[in-house]
Amino acid sequence: MNWDSPILQVTGISKSFNNIPALNSIDLSLNPGEVRALIGQNGAGKSTLIKILNGAYTLDSGSILFDNKQVQYSSPYQAQLDGMSTIFQEVNLLGYRTVAENIMAGREIKRYGLIDWAACNKFADEAVKILGLDIDVTRTLDSFNVAIQQLIAIARSVSFNAKVLIMDEPTASLDEAEKKTLFKVVKDLKTQGVAILYVSHHLEELFEICDSVSVMRDGRMIETSLIKDLTKKDMVAKMLGKRVEDILSDENARPKVCANDEVILHVEKISGSGVLKEVTFELKKGEILGLAGLLGSGRSEVAKRIFGAEQDDSYQGKISINDITIGVNGPKIAIEKGIAFCSEDRKNEGIIPEMSVRENMSLVILDSLSKNGLIDKEKEMALVDSYIKKLGIKVSDMEQPISQLSGGNQQKVLLARWMANNPEVLILDEPTRGIDVGAKSEITDLILSLAEQGLSVLFISSEYEEISASCHKVLVMQEGISRDYLHYDEISENAILDELGKH
Amino acid sequence: MKLNKWMKKSQHPLLRTEAVWVALTLIIVFASLRYDDFLSPYNIESFFSYNSMFILISIGMCFVIMTGGIDLSVGGVVALSSVMVAYVSPYGIVTALIVGALTGLICGLINAVVIIRLRIAPFIATLAMMLASRGVALLVSGKQSVPISWEGSFPEYGMGLMFDLIPWPVVVCLVIAIMAWVLLEKMPFGRAVLAVGEDEEAAKLMGLKVNKTITLVYVISGVLAGLAGVTLAASFGAGQPAEGVGWELIAISAVVVGGTLLTGGLGSITASIAGVVLMGLIFNILNFENGYGSFTISTYWQSVIRGLFLLLVLIIQAEVLKRLRNKKTAQ
Repeated sequence: MNWDSPILQVTGISKSFNNIPALNSIDLSLNPGEVRALIGQNGAGKSTLIKILNGAYTLDSGSILFDNKQVQYSSPYQAQLDGMSTIFQEVNLLGYRTVAENIMAGREIKRYGLIDWAACNKFADEAVKILGLDIDVTRTLDSFNVAIQQLIAIARSVSFNAKVLIMDEPTASLDEAEKKTLFKVVKDLKTQGVAILYVSHHLEELFEICDSVSVMRDGRMIETSLIKDLTKKDMVAKMLGKRVEDILSDENARPKVCANDEVILHVEKISGSGVLKEVTFELKKGEILGLAGLLGSGRSEVAKRIFGAEQDDSYQGKISINDITIGVNGPKIAIEKGIAFCSEDRKNEGIIPEMSVRENMSLVILDSLSKNGLIDKEKEMALVDSYIKKLGIKVSDMEQPISQLSGGNQQKVLLARWMANNPEVLILDEPTRGIDVGAKSEITDLILSLAEQGLSVLFISSEYEEISASCHKVLVMQEGISRDYLHYDEISENAILDELGKH
Repeated sequence: MKLNKWMKKSQHPLLRTEAVWVALTLIIVFASLRYDDFLSPYNIESFFSYNSMFILISIGMCFVIMTGGIDLSVGGVVALSSVMVAYVSPYGIVTALIVGALTGLICGLINAVVIIRLRIAPFIATLAMMLASRGVALLVSGKQSVPISWEGSFPEYGMGLMFDLIPWPVVVCLVIAIMAWVLLEKMPFGRAVLAVGEDEEAAKLMGLKVNKTITLVYVISGVLAGLAGVTLAASFGAGQPAEGVGWELIAISAVVVGGTLLTGGLGSITASIAGVVLMGLIFNILNFENGYGSFTISTYWQSVIRGLFLLLVLIIQAEVLKRLRNKKTAQ
């Protein structure tokens, strides 16, 4: 690593939107072959910084020195052409097109004015081979899993002779095995001298691949240091601007066991939808039950089955709530019986992006808000207002479009949507995906307090740490089959993996 | 083996073009067995002369739909173009083709500007153009059909045959079809069309020129509708301001029957053309039945039958897709 001649040197960057400062005199320098973590809460300014670097935004003041020349790109594509590529959280490639078409898009190799597919495929094949991927580049992109798609996006960037790679939450939709593949590629790129700016909310993974870490808070660069000099708690404290001791005492205050014995939800031997084979468990009043397991183990399918979100003739087994059996007649019945469900796909199955915060929140309870078929808007507004205050949702006002909110605040609106219906069972599928540390702990706190008030929660997450922080009990799932329970004091990543290894 | 891998281009499983080809084959076999004159040169010639207009607008519609848009203005543009062309018919076919194409180009360009600059949804923007172009056609012609000049090369375009074999409009249509196929399958523009249709944001991040691509597809659609107007005026001997009503729907249904996704991102020129032929053949067959005198079906009923048939093909397509998905999840 050459620490003396940085490939990227950012000095004094500031940026305001409508006179509200988003970035305040940011300095950052990145060396060839360095993997730098960039962390901070949502709203800390990470995204703004990235967008200024790759040309999506223009800067108000300051300078960017890249590869010894002053740059200011007009678009992310311009930046990519010049060797500064951004890998976005969501794969920004085309699922219908082949791998080769995706890698070559916008710069197809031509012969006599027509695309020379043979040459394009060959180029693309070499580009993926550099990352150690052995795939058929003439297959369509959507025939590969998200991790491979993510790697293909990296292959495209690297094939533009990338010198700096900005990765924005690249592991957000990857499972453990897929993450390993990605990390290997990151390490390879590092040895090839590519500098990487790695943005992530998953602090534990930073220790695995990053050399150094920069912390942002409220639009300022708080600190840059070597990662070996920090603990995870240090990072959280710096991001939140709190002391480490305060964070620890917060965590110890959490309740550990569910005191109640009354069973609310019985699930007996359910199967179907191609994934579920045999799942049996029960959920007590006020209990938070974690569902752990690898991607594809059937966790989400269990949730959708209970909620009736997917109807399939092949479904079998029995589900009862308060000893009343519920069928598979769609979510309406489930909602009436007091079940609530937040999907893992917040964007497509949760929020209605065109609607305001108010409209999003009241969707489930419109019937009870209506009189003679007309919505009682005053009642609606009072209700929405009370939840905004209760959950501390950050909005300019309740008519703000939900799409303008951060992930954490969107999730709170969705939680409010269900809480307004007074459910007995709340099913949460990856409720904190893509949400920053601060909002994450707020949502966890909220779930804990709801459980204390008697709400039963089924909590699905691929983050073991999160499960152990909030669940009373964990049910381990494997290949559509429910295995054993782990009780509070047994929950750990190793215990879950051990359980999976037993079968 | 290796070479084979490079040359192969996989077709996306969501693009189902089989249904239209199978239906087309079956219907041709059925008709050629049942009607003696079905494969006669006269029937084939007149079938393609007439349907070359629908092939032209369907090719344009296919490009537009592949970007995720829609062009409802084609019927009106055909009518307007036929009127304009009738006025310049004394100057010969070359002038007529240029004027027809220009008329369509201007309409397409206006569509594009309204859609891109004013951010108005294609459905609404082209609906406005559909009304406007029809209105201009009626205004200019005084609600009357405009007779063409029977002197010179223009009428020859509607009546004559190249090499005493192929009607001229069919020749033009064939050339356009080949160009369209090359454009979609072999040129970067085709990739851009599909990319914009699947995910505009991703296309932008790949450095593709989104606005230019969208502009071009509406221009293509307009120009092809303009050329269809030339055919209309030449073969009917007059500019027809009231003709072309509902043609946009015929084009859309042909494109959809061909398997092109209405949401954009996947499509086929050849299958869209097959779709036109398929829809046209149903009319053709009903005409034969009427001619046989076995029963008489009014044009209204023909429309109903065609609608039912369209529904049938779409149901089959949806069924195939569903089976495919189930197979995939079962694996």
